[in-house]
Amino acid sequence: MKATMPLLRISDMSLTIGATKILQDINLQLQHGEILAITGESGSGKSMAALSIMGLLPRGALTTGQIMLDGTEILTTSETNLCKLRGDTMSMVFQEPMTALNPVQNIGNQVAETILIHEHTSKKKAHKRATDMLRRVGLDVAPTRFPHELSGGQRQRVVIAMAIVKHPKLLIADEPTTALDVTTQANILILLKDLVREFDMGLLIITHDLAVVADLADHIVVMQKGRVVESASTPKLLANMLHPYTRALFDASRHQVDLPVYKGGLQLVYASQIVRNYPSPRKTIFGPRPKFCALDNISFTIDHGERVGLVGESGCGKSTLTRVLLGLEDVQGGTITLDGEPVFTGKKPNLTVRRKMQVVFQDPYSSFNPRHRVSRLISEPWNLLDHQPDDPDTRIATALENVGLSALDAFRYIHEFSGGQRQRIAIARALIVEPDLIIFDEAVSALDVSVRAQIIDLIVNLSQKRPLAYLFISHDLTVVRNVTDRVLVMKSGRIVEHGPTEDVFNTPKHPYTRTLLAAAPTLPNSQEA
Amino acid sequence: MIRYIASRLLSLTLSLIAASIVIFAVIEIIPGDPASFMLGVGVRPDTLEALRDQMGLNDPLAMRYFSWVTGMLTGDFGISWTYKIPVSELVDDRIWVSLPLAIYALFLSTIIAFPAGIIAASHRGGMGDVSIMGATQFGVAIPNFWFAMILVLIFAIKLPWFSAGGFPGWDDPLLALKSLTLPAIALALPQAAILARVMRSSLLDNLGEDYIRTARAKGLTHRQALWRHGVRNAMIPVLTIIGLQFSFLLAGGIIIEQIFFLPGLGRLIFQAISARDLIVVESVVMLLVFVVILVNFAVDLAYAAVDPRLRSCE
Repeated sequence: MKATMPLLRISDMSLTIGATKILQDINLQLQHGEILAITGESGSGKSMAALSIMGLLPRGALTTGQIMLDGTEILTTSETNLCKLRGDTMSMVFQEPMTALNPVQNIGNQVAETILIHEHTSKKKAHKRATDMLRRVGLDVAPTRFPHELSGGQRQRVVIAMAIVKHPKLLIADEPTTALDVTTQANILILLKDLVREFDMGLLIITHDLAVVADLADHIVVMQKGRVVESASTPKLLANMLHPYTRALFDASRHQVDLPVYKGGLQLVYASQIVRNYPSPRKTIFGPRPKFCALDNISFTIDHGERVGLVGESGCGKSTLTRVLLGLEDVQGGTITLDGEPVFTGKKPNLTVRRKMQVVFQDPYSSFNPRHRVSRLISEPWNLLDHQPDDPDTRIATALENVGLSALDAFRYIHEFSGGQRQRIAIARALIVEPDLIIFDEAVSALDVSVRAQIIDLIVNLSQKRPLAYLFISHDLTVVRNVTDRVLVMKSGRIVEHGPTEDVFNTPKHPYTRTLLAAAPTLPNSQEA
Repeated sequence: MIRYIASRLLSLTLSLIAASIVIFAVIEIIPGDPASFMLGVGVRPDTLEALRDQMGLNDPLAMRYFSWVTGMLTGDFGISWTYKIPVSELVDDRIWVSLPLAIYALFLSTIIAFPAGIIAASHRGGMGDVSIMGATQFGVAIPNFWFAMILVLIFAIKLPWFSAGGFPGWDDPLLALKSLTLPAIALALPQAAILARVMRSSLLDNLGEDYIRTARAKGLTHRQALWRHGVRNAMIPVLTIIGLQFSFLLAGGIIIEQIFFLPGLGRLIFQAISARDLIVVESVVMLLVFVVILVNFAVDLAYAAVDPRLRSCE
């Protein structure tokens, strides 16, 4: 590390938008060729700090303090000059590769635009350099391709190429791998690391994933409620966390639970050789529609009281499996029964089956009707019963208290709750008909680590009260390992491996399971570090 | 891309067939026998029967449908019962008023709406936005016939710059355009107001998208990001509205044609309906449907030109 002036120095920076204080007294430094990670939970101001460096804050933002980038004071630089710096001296990679690219322009043009906007060079030369850069970031598709033709990982490579084509001194990456699968995430992180070394860039990476932070960064900054609570080099911080919040954050990520011992039970779900195809677009106008096989000969069982995990990357058929299991869609082959009765009964659902099975979805923000009160939201499964309960209010109150909320919350609307509280309401809704099986479809993936730990505690707590069978679908291997007895590994519509959770995680047999486990970033234990 | 065009063409053909069946059926169901209408009251039954035979009204339904369709395909739209001249001639005179008028109005509406919408979106909440949105509010609220009369009052009567009505024919193209100008403005302004609002909201939606932020992070100014990445993405809903407006302008200009005394298709069809000249009604409506479907086809092609996602899958 060079002892000269740091590449980036933020001193006493505060940010207010309207009357809200977003950031307070931020101090941090980044050297050339160094990787600095800012971590913290949602709302801690990580992204806002990054946007202040880029000068891309929303309207009405008021910043004080100093941001020195390579000898330039960003906060006093005019917009015209900031435009010259952006993409040239500093650039940024964003979280969502699916929407970060212009859908109507080909990728070559979008990368070349960064060059053309900053240099007086011929279009041909710019395109040549864009093509070279796309190849450098490991993308082996023609630059004439459009974003919709690429996968998420490929798109993120395009965004990275676009950001570094001018060899910026500072690259800011805001949750660059959060939306990607674990194996893709591992590849993108390796790429970023290589690029930092190759171009001697400073990399400021923002992520909530502490395992990624510990793996990648030279220096870690922990933020909470707009303040930097701790800042130290990675080995030092991992060895000795000074601030209680940092410790809490790392503890929540390592959160372990005591799952009550599963004593075995009668068979609940029986799925045998399920096949689900979806028709793809026709190749010719009158030709037959080719089929895309989302579920290819899937068989598994879940017993009463058994906790089963399902892992796999996006597009492997997890969501399709949820839908067919819930009996929302028919299958082309195979049978699925719940307690011996078929789950799919055509247009008229079999209520006896439905009431034995409930689901909790991933997104706590969009899976509720915003115009209904909580009491109505969580009592909706009662429609599956033949007779409505005589004491609805008491039952709703109990349901809310069981998930750690107050009985008074029944009269509130969903927008008044935080993400974690909403997921509690979703669980209350699922439990209100006392189902035998709950499907958790990525139910904790959108939550912050501490909230996730609380929800997992809640799930475990509930299964201690009464035997509860669930299918826990997630791409997060650590969580699945924590809360399941048995695990299924899914790839391209097939179950490639299944077995007791600990066996699969300790001695994976299928090469895909091994790749998946190797790619998942892990937190070092504090004792080791 | 070829597959996309082929599938649109197929849907165009099917729409035309469906439309022709519906139009034919509706005309059949309408009460009133054109032959007795033509001959008036107190006519001898055998005379009536002879006329019905001559007009082909006694032929079986399917046969009459097929002779109508095949006739149209060869350019023979039949002979008007009231004017006693081929329908194609009637249409030929009038379509060269209605079609240029619609195109003229659409052109005006577009060149007003695009800049207005873009300016409003890029100065969101500012004076430009507020005044443009206020103006479009008026444009949407004021009926075009009222506006047409005001235009005549000001630009034809107070200031004798334009004629108050009539159409001199295309012998002198400039004069023809001049006589279409006031009606085109009257037609265009309410449409421009709607289009500007659509343009503005579509553009604002797009300015909130992630790729605009990406463009800004590359070093594009706000204006550059808007023009290079915003406008083209905002075009899809705008194209839809343009397609709908063209159909309206072509057939719906009837009141404006009345006010400015223009011999257009709208007036032809109105007169034909009052005179029970069903062969004219049938053919002109079919022709309008054909143009509308053709415009939709063009809009579909424009979608594909704007959005590569439509080119590769459907």
